[in-house]
Amino acid sequence: MNANVPASSTSHYPTAPTAQTDVTHTLSVLVDNEPGVLARVVGLFSGRGYNIESLTVSETQHAKHQSLITIVTTGKPMVIEQIKNQLDRLVPVHRVVDMTLSGRSIERELAMVKVAGKGENRVEALRLADAFRARVIDATTESFVFEITGKSDKIEQFVALMLPLGLVEVSRTGIAAIARGPEAM
Amino acid sequence: MTTEMQSAAEGQEMTGAEMVIQAMADQGVKHLFGYPGGAVLPIYDAIFAQKDVKHILVRHEQGAVHAAEGYARSTGKVGCVLVTSGPGATNAVTGLTDALCDSIPLVCITGQVPTHLIGNDAFQECDTVGITRPCTKYNYLVKRIEDLPRILHEAFHIASTGRPGPVVVDIPKDIQFAKGIYSKPKEFAHTGYKPRLKGDIGAIKAAVELMANAKRPLFYTGGGVINSGKHASELLKELVRLTGFPITSTLMGLGAYPAADPQWMGMLGMHGTMEANMAMHDCDVMVCVGARFDDRITGRVDAFSPGSKKIHIDIDPSSINKNVKVDIPIVGDVAHVLEEMLRLWKAHAKHNDKKAMGDWWKQIGKWRDRKSLAYRGSNEVIKPQYAIQRLYEMTKDKDVYITTEVGQHQMWAAQFFHFQEPNRWMTSGGLGTMGYGLPASVGVQLAHPTSLVIDIAGEASVQMTMQELSTAVQYRLPIKIFILNNGYMGMVRQWQELLHGNRYSESYSEALPDFVKLAEAMHAVGIRCEKPGDLDHAIKEMIDIDRPVLFDCIVDQKENCFPMIPSGKAHNEMILGDSGISLDDAITEEGKMLV
Repeated sequence: MNANVPASSTSHYPTAPTAQTDVTHTLSVLVDNEPGVLARVVGLFSGRGYNIESLTVSETQHAKHQSLITIVTTGKPMVIEQIKNQLDRLVPVHRVVDMTLSGRSIERELAMVKVAGKGENRVEALRLADAFRARVIDATTESFVFEITGKSDKIEQFVALMLPLGLVEVSRTGIAAIARGPEAM
Repeated sequence: MTTEMQSAAEGQEMTGAEMVIQAMADQGVKHLFGYPGGAVLPIYDAIFAQKDVKHILVRHEQGAVHAAEGYARSTGKVGCVLVTSGPGATNAVTGLTDALCDSIPLVCITGQVPTHLIGNDAFQECDTVGITRPCTKYNYLVKRIEDLPRILHEAFHIASTGRPGPVVVDIPKDIQFAKGIYSKPKEFAHTGYKPRLKGDIGAIKAAVELMANAKRPLFYTGGGVINSGKHASELLKELVRLTGFPITSTLMGLGAYPAADPQWMGMLGMHGTMEANMAMHDCDVMVCVGARFDDRITGRVDAFSPGSKKIHIDIDPSSINKNVKVDIPIVGDVAHVLEEMLRLWKAHAKHNDKKAMGDWWKQIGKWRDRKSLAYRGSNEVIKPQYAIQRLYEMTKDKDVYITTEVGQHQMWAAQFFHFQEPNRWMTSGGLGTMGYGLPASVGVQLAHPTSLVIDIAGEASVQMTMQELSTAVQYRLPIKIFILNNGYMGMVRQWQELLHGNRYSESYSEALPDFVKLAEAMHAVGIRCEKPGDLDHAIKEMIDIDRPVLFDCIVDQKENCFPMIPSGKAHNEMILGDSGISLDDAITEEGKMLV
């Protein structure tokens, strides 16, 4: 190729804004619960090659057939801002709230953690579960399934502790978020 | 597909644009069909600097994809396409969907606006991965130069293995300029993607058992045989001859079994022969090989071959039990499964009851004697069937490839042009894309420069991608475009007779161009033929000209395509051309709801 062309040149396109570092945001999106709505929402992320780190969807207002989607994603602040605006523009989307920016939100996640083992490991797993306020929801002579709720980092830590004690499998719901105070979103 | 040889470029630093061309060269790509634009200029610059990959400039991106399809279908290789962002990508969508429906391996590189502008409504931006997700086997947006070499080679792997299909690689312009280390990965990273080649041996045994005890068996084959490679067609031939079963095929599978063979019953389905459809309806064991029980094949599903046990060989598990419940599913590659089947058949102690097979063939003989493809000849006007028959007779001893557009002419070509080998017949089956044939013939002719390549067309279809005649002229590709000109969108008109009381709403080809003058204006040769007596001479003239020819064959305006199974009817309820049934009364109210 022509060696005179600078590697960063993109001809008739404007140059990239000065570098921004990636940030993680939690978005709450209230939508009509209709076929295809999830595809429309996640399409805005995948179209940019952005990964969704956590996604929780459930109908929260049955009478109105509305679902609340909670999305955790990582990207450039400008792009996240733009995705929010474009989400808001989608026909079946009622409201978009950036829980990270509002700064007054509570985030919780539920995980089910399967641990198998015998002897001292088994006792230790139970002891730690107690300290984390995890409940035993299934047990056999050689395994437990714990249910644990809390912030994501608490779950991360619990899972890390279970790893040497015979961790088999983890199933997580992803984050659900809600704003503090008396108002609805 | 992938060569195990290491590329000379392994480990070298180069730009993303150079990687695209290098990966193609390493994949053995000789021709690339494309159209330049702002977001792919670096790749065009890389093309300029090398000689391995020859770029073919089309006139519209849809033409590029169809040309690559023709190239792929006639060679068994992956077809390659290069288009720009925005309109370049959206224009390619019809071709990509066509390739997905007919399982054609393609790699389509699309330019994209620079990474930082994606999602910004930038000039010539569209969400290419979003738009093409449902019409590709897989697609990629490349975000990092480090990923590009791997993605390029993966794209070829995915396109060509398993059930083949189109793969889009969307490359932002900054990634094309960025520099990175080129390397061809030794292993495929997607561990979830492992197409199954070998069929379950227990299922194949059960199938052979069923076949050996059948009294009225048949083979129903499809495009999967052709996709499995030439060897699959050889194995099919051997198995069919050993078993002595009759064989029919879908539109996509024509040529996998030689039409000159006495066991061949012709095409089945909506416009298939009476013997093929009746045999499908009455058989007791059906061996489906690489076909998918499409609605054009089955007719009314609840009346489809009611008394048969069904064996289904398909590489795509999702094709099995999709439309029709089968008794013995075999997931695997056609060639692999047929090889096992042959081995087991040869080793099987007992073969079919001779008397039962004799009776079955006698019954098929009776259906054949009904001559379902018969039509009323004429000395005044060229019958479209007659035109195809003459074209076949005058070219059958030559090295000939046929492409078609979509409509009545396509069905007549399938009925009256006979194929003895696979990869000789290129048509848009699943999607039914008018305008496929002309650009496809450009791709076929490039792959087979000394062969006779004919696009059997209709005057309506051909106008959809007419501009690609310029491409043929530019690259001196002597394609022959044989237009059956009846002045109507014939199949639309036929359905209007069937469903809408002969109200020919918008199906008349008003204000047709003078195709002879048009050909001349585009530096090609135009020939017109209007009388049956002149036809042979005119066809000979067309064949002898070593340049692109537009052949305007004026045919009977009112001819319809028979036999026909109307929608909502079963295989044994077909209408024949001479049955005297008016199309008006042939279909029920419920049938009118179907397509």
